[in-house]
Amino acid sequence: MPDISRDDVAHLARLARLRLGEDELTHYADQLSAIVEAVARVSEVAAADVPPTSHPIPVVNVVRADEIRPGLAREAVAAMAPAWEDDRFRVPRILGEE
Amino acid sequence: MTDDYMDFHEALTAFEPVLGLETHVELGTASKMFCSCPTAFGAPANTQVCAVCLGLPGSLPVVNGVAVESTIRMGLALHCDIASWCRFARKNYFYPDMPKDYQVSQYDEPLCTNGYLDVTVATDEGPRNFRVEIERVHMEEDTGKLTHAGGDTGRIHGADYSLVDYNRAGIPLIEIVTKPIVGTGSLAPVVARAYVTELRDLMRSLGVSDVRMEEGSLRCDVNVSLSPAGEPWGTRSETKNVNSLRSVERAVRSEIERQAAVLTEGGRVVQETRHFHEDTGRTTSGRSKEHAEDYRYFPEPDLVPVAPDGAWIERLRSELPEIPSVRRARMQTEWGISDFEMQALVNIDAVELVAGTVAAGVDPSAARKWWTGELARVANERGVDLASLPVTPATIHRIEELIASGALTDSLARRALEGVLAGEGDVDQVVSARGLTLVSDDSSLLAAIDTALAEQPDVAEKIRSGKVQAAGAIVGAVMKATKGQADAAKVRTLLFERLGVAE
Repeated sequence: MPDISRDDVAHLARLARLRLGEDELTHYADQLSAIVEAVARVSEVAAADVPPTSHPIPVVNVVRADEIRPGLAREAVAAMAPAWEDDRFRVPRILGEE
Repeated sequence: MTDDYMDFHEALTAFEPVLGLETHVELGTASKMFCSCPTAFGAPANTQVCAVCLGLPGSLPVVNGVAVESTIRMGLALHCDIASWCRFARKNYFYPDMPKDYQVSQYDEPLCTNGYLDVTVATDEGPRNFRVEIERVHMEEDTGKLTHAGGDTGRIHGADYSLVDYNRAGIPLIEIVTKPIVGTGSLAPVVARAYVTELRDLMRSLGVSDVRMEEGSLRCDVNVSLSPAGEPWGTRSETKNVNSLRSVERAVRSEIERQAAVLTEGGRVVQETRHFHEDTGRTTSGRSKEHAEDYRYFPEPDLVPVAPDGAWIERLRSELPEIPSVRRARMQTEWGISDFEMQALVNIDAVELVAGTVAAGVDPSAARKWWTGELARVANERGVDLASLPVTPATIHRIEELIASGALTDSLARRALEGVLAGEGDVDQVVSARGLTLVSDDSSLLAAIDTALAEQPDVAEKIRSGKVQAAGAIVGAVMKATKGQADAAKVRTLLFERLGVAE
C-alpha cells in the first residue's frame, strides 16, 4: 500500500509552491509511493555498517584559495533579470501572497 | 495592538528568564564562501556577483578554504569539539533574498560543537562570572539585501514590490548558537550583552572578522522565555537581527518586561519572530512560528564533505593568539589597576580603546581618565557606544602631547576635545579654529593680575598678610579675564611674586 498519502503530497506541493488538482494529488501519491518503495529496497541490502551515501565519489576537502576573481558585468546581470529597477532585481510583493 | 510591560524588577521577582543567543558573523575573507566574488562592503548594487552566487544553472560552488579554517579557529577558541567529517546542507525556502531559493548552511553536522565562553559582568557585589555554553558553530552564506518599495515607510508590510542587491549573497557567515542560558535572573540583559561583546572581541583577536556591527557584520537573534521559579521553561520569542551590543541588552530587557506582563495577565506567550526597534527599545511581532517551518534540509550534493585531519586541527590550535580574557588580565597587570577598575573599562567597552591609546604613547592612567570620564559621559548622553564617537586613540595622544608641552591646560584640553566631539575636525584644527592658545606672555598675565588685585583690594590684603588660600579668588578672576586660556598654576606663581609673598 502507498506510504505517501494525498495529504503528504499536498504538504510537499505547498512547500514547493505548486498548485495541484485533486486528481493530481492521487496521481502523485501513487507515483511517489512507488518511488519510495523502490528506494526502500536499498535498505534491505545496506547493513548497519554501510553509511548512507550523499556523495558517490569519496572525495573530501576540496577547497578554493581565498582569491578574488571578476564576476559578471552588471549590464549582463540586468539583461537576465525578469524585472530591473535602480540597479537591482525587482521582485513581486513578498507579503500578502497567501 | 500595543503591548503591556511589567516593571523589570517586579518581573524578575515572579519569573526566571532563559536566554538563547544565535549570532551570525560575516567572516573577513576577501572572497565569498562558494565563489570568488569580492566581499568588500559598500560596492554599487549587484556589482559583486557571478554565476555561482546568482544561482545560475550549471554553476558549481567550491568552498573557501580560509572560511573553513576561520570557523575551526573560532571553534577551538570556544573550546569546541571539531568534527572529523561534516557536510553542507541546503536550507530550502522561498524568499527573494537568495536567488537559488535555498541557502547553503550546515544542519545536523555542524563543524564545531559543545564549547563554552566565559563572561564577566559587574554586580553590586563585584564582578561575577558566567559560563555560556556553546551548542554549535557552523558555516553558511549570507543573503542578499532587500529594499522595499511603495507603502509608507520602506517596510515589508504594505510594500508594493521589493528590490534586491545580491552583493551580500554568498558572503561567508558563521553562526554561533548557545545552549539555553539559565540562572542569570536580573543579570540576563547584561549577561547577553557581555556574551556578544566577548564573542566580538574573540573574533577580532583571532582576526577572522573585523566585526563592524554598524555595517551589519554581526547580527544576533535573541531568544527569551520566562517561567515561574521551578516550573518548566516557558514559550520563547525570537527577536531577529539585533545589531548592536546596547540593543542586545535592551531587547532582552524589553522581552522580559513584555512576557511578564502577558503571563501575569493570564495570557500565553506566542512562539514567534519579533523585530527590535532602536528608537523605542521595544520589539514588535513579526511572523508567527506556530506552524514549524519546514526547510527540507538535505545534504548539498554540489559540495564535498569537509574532513579536517587531526594534525591540521592541532596546528591551528597551537597558532591561536592570546584570547581577550587573557589579554585583559595582562593589561590589568601592566596598567596596575584593580579588578573593579578593569571591569569598569569592560562595561563601557573601553579596554581596546585604552590599550590603543597606551600603545600610541599615552600614560595608562591618563588614557583611562579620558575614556572613562569625559568621553564615557558624552557617549552615554548621545546613547552611542564609545567606539562610535569621533575620537580615536590618536586624538587623546595629541591632546596629551599638547598638555605635556604646555601648549594646553587641562581646561583648554577639554575644550579642544569638545570641539573634536562636535565634529569640528582633529585636535589641531579645533585648537586653531577656536583659538585655544595659552596666554603665556608674562606681561599680559601680570596686567590681568594687577586688574584683579585692584578690583578686590580686600583679597589682596589677605594674601599679603599670609592667607594664601585667598589667592584662589584672584586666580579665578584672571582665568575669567583670559577666558580660561591661562595656566592657573603659572598665574598663581606670578601672583605671589607680584605680592612678594612666599607660597
